[in-house]
Order: sequence, then C-alpha cells, then structure tokens
Amino acid sequence: MTRTATRSPVEPTAVRQVEAPPPAGGRRRRRLLDQARAYAFLIGGLICFALFSWYPAIRAVVIAFQKYTPGSSPEWVGTANFTRVWHDPEFTAAWRNTLVFTLLALLVGFAIPFVLALVLNELRHWKAFFRIVVYLPVMIPPVVTALLWKWFYDPGAGLANETLRFLHLPTSNWSNGTDTALISLVIVATWANMGGTVLIYLAALQSIPGDLYEAAELDGASLLQRVRYVTIPQTRFVILMLMLLQIIATMQVFTEPFVITGGGPENATVTVLYLIYKYAFLYNDFGGACALSVMLLVLLGVFSAAYLRLTRSGEDDL
Amino acid sequence: MTTRTLLSPATLARPRGKAVYWTVFTGVVVLFALAFLFPVYWMVTGAMKSPDEIARTPPTVIPTHWHLSGYTDAWDLMQLPEHLWNTVVQAAGAWAFQLVLCTAAAYALSKLKPAFGKLILGGILATLMVPAQALVVPKYLTVADLPLIHTSLLNDPLGIWLPAVANAFNLYLLKRFFDQLPRDVLEAAEIDGAGKLRILWSIVLPMSRPVLGVVSIFALVAVWQDFLWPLMVFSDTDKQPISVALVQLSQNIQLTVLIAAMVIASIPMVAMFLVFQRHIIAGISAGSTKG
Repeated sequence: MTRTATRSPVEPTAVRQVEAPPPAGGRRRRRLLDQARAYAFLIGGLICFALFSWYPAIRAVVIAFQKYTPGSSPEWVGTANFTRVWHDPEFTAAWRNTLVFTLLALLVGFAIPFVLALVLNELRHWKAFFRIVVYLPVMIPPVVTALLWKWFYDPGAGLANETLRFLHLPTSNWSNGTDTALISLVIVATWANMGGTVLIYLAALQSIPGDLYEAAELDGASLLQRVRYVTIPQTRFVILMLMLLQIIATMQVFTEPFVITGGGPENATVTVLYLIYKYAFLYNDFGGACALSVMLLVLLGVFSAAYLRLTRSGEDDL
Repeated sequence: MTTRTLLSPATLARPRGKAVYWTVFTGVVVLFALAFLFPVYWMVTGAMKSPDEIARTPPTVIPTHWHLSGYTDAWDLMQLPEHLWNTVVQAAGAWAFQLVLCTAAAYALSKLKPAFGKLILGGILATLMVPAQALVVPKYLTVADLPLIHTSLLNDPLGIWLPAVANAFNLYLLKRFFDQLPRDVLEAAEIDGAGKLRILWSIVLPMSRPVLGVVSIFALVAVWQDFLWPLMVFSDTDKQPISVALVQLSQNIQLTVLIAAMVIASIPMVAMFLVFQRHIIAGISAGSTKG
C-alpha cells in the first residue's frame, strides 16, 4: 500500500532530460529508472496475484500428488490421492449431485428469468419498481437467504408447507427428503440469483432494433414466431454467455448445502466443493482435497475458457 | 425513447390489447410481491413475533403482538455489534487494498510500459479461467503459512484483504478504462513536469470516477456476501464476520432471535443497494451486453 507513495520524490529528472540530451549511458539509465518506476506501481498487485492466485494454482496440482498435512513434510504418493478419492462413495454422490444441481438450475433458473425478462420488457409502467424488487434478493447475504429458506422448508410450521396446506395441496419434505432436497436447493439458488440474470436479459432485449419486430409482424409472424425468429436469435450471444456463467457458478455451489442441509439427507446434497471442504477440514486430508480441486479445476476450466473466448471475441486488447 | 418491442403500440392500444396488458401487469405485480417482497416481509415480521406465535400453525400473517425484543436480544446475545464491526473492517480493508493496489498495477500496465507487461497481463487474465472456489484449499494453505516469511494470516483481517487484491476482473476493468484515456492529456501533464504518481492522482483518477465507483461496489459486495473463505480464515469466534457467525450460532439460538439477526445482517447491503440502485442496475446492465 505504501509502496506507491514512496516513489514520489524522484520526479523531475524525466522532464529535464527532454531539454538536455543525456550523456552516453544516460539513456540506458533513464530506461532503467522508467522500469523501476513502472514496477514500483505494479509490485503490490503482482505480489498478491503471485501469492494468492498463481502459487495456489500450482500448489493444488503439486499437493494432489502428495500426502500432505500442515506442519509435517510432504510425501510423494503418486496418484494415490486420486484413486482414494475416486473410491469414496461420497465421490459419486457429490459429482452426481453437482451435475444434477447444475442441470436443474439450468432448466429452472434459466427459462424462468428469460420469460420474466420478456414479459417485463413489454410492461410500460413501474419499470424501476420491477428492477429493484427482482434484484433485492441478490443483495441479501447468501447466508441469510439460506437460513431464511431453511426456515421456510421446515416440515412443521414452515411457510412452504403452510402455503401448500392453504392451497389444499399435499405437503412435501422439502430439504429433508432425499428426493426433494436437491430441487429445494435449486429453488433457493434461483430465487437468490435471478435478479442479475433478469437485468442482463432486459438490457439485451432493449438493444434489439424495433424494425425487426415491425418487419416480422408485417410478414405475418405471430407473437411466438416473433420470439422464436427475432428475440432468441438476437439475444443468442447473451443467452450463451449467461448459460456458461451459470454452469461455472452452480458447479461451485457450497453455501446452500452447507447451511440448509449439511449435505444430507443421506448425502443427497453433498456437492463437489462441499466434499473438498470435508476432505480438508474434517478429514485433514489435504492431498485428497487438492486432488478433488484439480478435477473441478480441469472441468470448469473448459467452461471458463469458452466463456472468456466468447466475451472477448469482439475485443482487440492484449 | 419508446423503441418498439415484441408488441406493437397499435396492438396495445386496442381494447383487447389494453385488457390483456393490464391483466398481465397486475399478475406480474402480484407475482413479484409474493415471490420477492413477501419472504422479506415474513422475515422482518417473523422476528417480531413471540416464540410461541412463530411456531403456530396456521401461521399469523400479521403478528398479534409486536415485540422488538427479538431484535434487541439478537443485538446483545449474539454479539452482533462485534461481528458487524468485523465485517465492516474486512470489507473496508479489502476495498481499500483493492483500490490502491489494483489501480496502481492497472495504471502501470496501461501507461508505464513495464518490461514483460504483456506477459504479466496475460498471467492475470489467465486467472479468470480458474474458478475461484476450486482453489480455496491451496489458497488456505498459503494463507496459513506464507511462503518465505512463514507467517500465518489466519484469524487476521489481512487474510481477507490481501487475497482480495488478486481480482483479475477488477484489475482488467481498470486497465481497460485507463487505456481509453487520451494520451495527449497525460503527455501534456508530463511536459508540465508532473511525475507518474502526480499524473495518476490528479489526472487519471479524477477522470476515472465511474469505473472506480463500479469497482468499489463490486469489491464491497463481494466481501460482505462471501461465506466460504471467511469460514476458513476465521476459526476464532470473536473475529468472525456476521455471515460466518450467523451460521455458527444458528444451532443454539431461539428462532425469533436468529431471524432478527438475519434481518440486521441484511440491512447494510440492502440499504446500500437502495441508495445506489440506479448505478448498480446500470452497471449490471451495461457490463454484460457489450461484445
């Protein structure tokens, strides 16, 4: 933090040298000085990236092949961590849950915001109100959201079952049932994160030129045909981008299962990240945790690379 | 600026169009009220019910007796002032570190032409491909025992502050903004004898207010909302931010008190959103549609 401030006293040299040509060797020294100055600005950020991004990424791969407990010297074990983790019954459960969670989140959390944005975009009144209200849950801390829904899902006096009773519908076990727990968590995640998606879709919908709809309507396209042949192709880029983003985000889900279900019932909601957490902090098995991390890293790296490629495709930097 | 959308103004002007429009409008208002506002209402009023009333079936929509004791108990019993203060310190520090170090680094990468600058930028952008949560365990080990100096940042706000700086997204945002600043202005300042720091401070930063605002909001929200990382860093109960403390305390506390604490924990971010909603919503809408 103070690093940048210490550079201030070295200023005016640069300017003076514009007037008087430097003696031989002076230019080189000046270039060195420029470099030193540039790095003085850069160094703080660079150290943080090196320590907390680059080094951990390398270390994850290294520890994945080691028997590692903090405090004792690491021991190379080859692929033993991977095979041990692989044969853990929770491993299959965690990956299955994570994939099902992601698929359900795509089905539920993807179609609903799109339809909602389509409808909102047609409304001419109270626009600011809708935007604020839909984004409100995003601003509630995720832990509070999770605790709130845990309370709603309570099989006894929870709001979810009370509503069903009020409507004379059969009640559900929600997050306490092995078959309903995962979808219950998807509902929470969708409720909490929908706001951002809806706002991004709204912005995309507003950038569609009105002539396209005009022309389609003159050609006799019905409402659904206009959605199918104008809206969706015109927002294809944003749809794809958000889909990738959502896959990346939901595959790292942790707070909801940790707070609401604790991974249960019967491992029905253990996710990969939760399992990583368990390996590290419950089993004190950092080798296993890193082996799992590397697997998640490789899988999500593919989606992230696709996402980056997509968002940067129109840009020229770097 | 009424650009036409899916429906033409003519369709909406017809009697049938009007009827359908107002039906849909009412439906959406009711849906939004039930889906997004009602849960929040339920939480705020739930904390004011008595412990008996909150367990009652069917539940009461409006508390029969309003108690504020849930809120006062939460404030005292759960040591909320302490945990809120911890969160404020963590968020403010992360924001300050990020703003100072990321701005300086972005300025260097954008304007000062450091050797290997492109390589460094490439390395920073490459971290965007690494999903943050997948790296928490090795990051935890690094923070627990920093290489070379062998100190631990566990239970230390620095364990939140310094890793927050390694935010490639914010740094890239700043760098791109600096790239767009007109060269002439900076060169003119240099000829007038301003040093690099002076140029950054008196010219670049004042011109960068919009992007600094966006980065600030992102930085604050990210730390305030985070759960997994502070859960790992702070095992010491007294130093935990409110998110971690809530979960740790949720087991052994009366429901009304817990709910009151949840409301209190939500107030700062929701208040910030209501104050800055125009900017936040504009930022989200603008940030993603380019390309």
